[in-house]
Amino acid sequence: MSRGGRAGGWPRSRLAVVVLAILPRFVSDYRISLLISIFAYVAMATAWSFFSGATRYISLATSAFVGIGVYAVTLSIDRVPLALGLALAALAGFLVALVVGLSTLRLRGVYFVIFTFGLAELIKQLVTWYEVNRNKNLMRLVFADVSNVFLYEVLLAVAVLTVAGSWLAGRTRLGFALRAIGEDETVARHTGVNTTLVKVLVFALTASVIALTGAVLSLRYSYIDPNIAFNSAWSFQVLIMSLLGGGTRLGPAAGGDSARPPLRVPGGHVSPPLRHRARPLLRGHRLLSPRRRGPLARACPRAGRVGRTAA
Amino acid sequence: MFLFEVILNALVLGGMYALVALGLNLQYGVARMMNLSYGEFFMAGAFGAFWTVMLWKLDPLLAMIASVPVSFVANWLIYRFLLLRLIRRAPDQDALDADVILVTFGLLFVFQGLAIVNWGGEYRGYSYLAVPVKILGAEVALNRLLAFLAACVLAAVLFVILGLTRTGAALRAMAIDPVAARLVGIDVLKLSALAFAAGGALAAISGTLVSTFISFSASIGVVYTLKALIVIIMGGVGRMMGCLAAGLLLGLAESLGGYLTDPGLTLAINFALFLIVLLVRPTGLFSRG
Repeated sequence: MSRGGRAGGWPRSRLAVVVLAILPRFVSDYRISLLISIFAYVAMATAWSFFSGATRYISLATSAFVGIGVYAVTLSIDRVPLALGLALAALAGFLVALVVGLSTLRLRGVYFVIFTFGLAELIKQLVTWYEVNRNKNLMRLVFADVSNVFLYEVLLAVAVLTVAGSWLAGRTRLGFALRAIGEDETVARHTGVNTTLVKVLVFALTASVIALTGAVLSLRYSYIDPNIAFNSAWSFQVLIMSLLGGGTRLGPAAGGDSARPPLRVPGGHVSPPLRHRARPLLRGHRLLSPRRRGPLARACPRAGRVGRTAA
Repeated sequence: MFLFEVILNALVLGGMYALVALGLNLQYGVARMMNLSYGEFFMAGAFGAFWTVMLWKLDPLLAMIASVPVSFVANWLIYRFLLLRLIRRAPDQDALDADVILVTFGLLFVFQGLAIVNWGGEYRGYSYLAVPVKILGAEVALNRLLAFLAACVLAAVLFVILGLTRTGAALRAMAIDPVAARLVGIDVLKLSALAFAAGGALAAISGTLVSTFISFSASIGVVYTLKALIVIIMGGVGRMMGCLAAGLLLGLAESLGGYLTDPGLTLAINFALFLIVLLVRPTGLFSRG
């Protein structure tokens, strides 16, 4: 603990944040776009792993929350200021996750996974039905007048806050309670952890981060439809990054980082819908060795050490 | 009379769901592997039939001569070379379940991606046995009736195999307690691989039969995995007749629900039903426990 990240880690990571914050002045637009995606992945993977990694409730509903965020901001964008729209997106993700969390408390293990797997599909179908029958148009145009640099800054802030927040929260009673649930839920309950409250609260909070990130990313799009907003590849990619990064505090962020560059390869040559499918295809093999401590956690001792001091 | 026709069609639709779910019931109920890429073999079976009709102008059912063995072998290989490693290193059943779900979730995208790259993403379909048959005055399409009958026959065959043969007894023992099954001399890994592969073969069969009356695309697999899951969990994991009954019930709920509200909401109705079952009776509607 005394040796922990505090002495050497904080100033260095602050420096990194400062460098990243002024970076857009010096690099090309393409690199800014790339970093935007990296920050989004870092935020999502960290949020996902904060809940699912610690409690071992594996959620495949990431795409549902991304889609909720996307739709919340698209629907509100020409009615309210952008900041409020983003807040609404986070709130929508929070509320849906709250309802889902409360209704799925009794499900353990496989059943929770199946449920979240189906939930994403269900919400997609409902939105599709609504758009076709009520809105009479499956597509919605996105009228966002924002620059790449603005998106960069917002997502950098989201990513930094998520990583720092999950790192700090991991050291509190809440983080400890989460890990206790992951080890043995019954024992956790008997030692006085309010497992219901902890699970639902954290699930909803991380869902709101995912929804917010999805909402910010959607400002880049020119139009959305349910298949874009609720693309199940989100669930898959976030999961892969967290697995690659392993169960440490910085691990998921490192996973989010590493997952990005290889994706550029298929990105350049194929049409967008295909690209979304082809990306996971190229990386599918990495899933074949899921380990609790991901390969990056071992390859990157710095990340591992922070994780251990937190534990 | 109209209501009778609705119910009859609902039963036939339910038969299709039962048919789709049988294979996954073998994989999850007997081999204890939750295979999220199950629907991709369904999709492959459907495309096999489609190309047999389109390229060689043959009877789509002939496609099963190739697609069923291929699917059987592919699933056996998945079990042998991917899942077996997970089984060997898993500390307990929960950890194994999680690992298997993650791996098969990845496989889902691999197969789907391959199908989209090779066959494109658009919806396909062909016409086969699309002639009406009159049953007590109500009309049913012959191809749907065929799938319904196949579901009944396959469920009965599986029921008999599991219930009456020696291998079936070993399979049931394994489904109940893999460790104890091993102690009494059952080669659990070999039989699990067999059940898993047979489940994959059933996916191809159901894909072929269902493709005669629905349109499908390369990304349709997930939807059918989900429907099969709903049926299995409703019917009780590992129970073939429960699977048939739950499939029929699901078809009934979907048809009547779609008829009473809006056809676009059928999947939502499915899912609501599933949710209720999960929350009220997670062990299935027809389990004894």
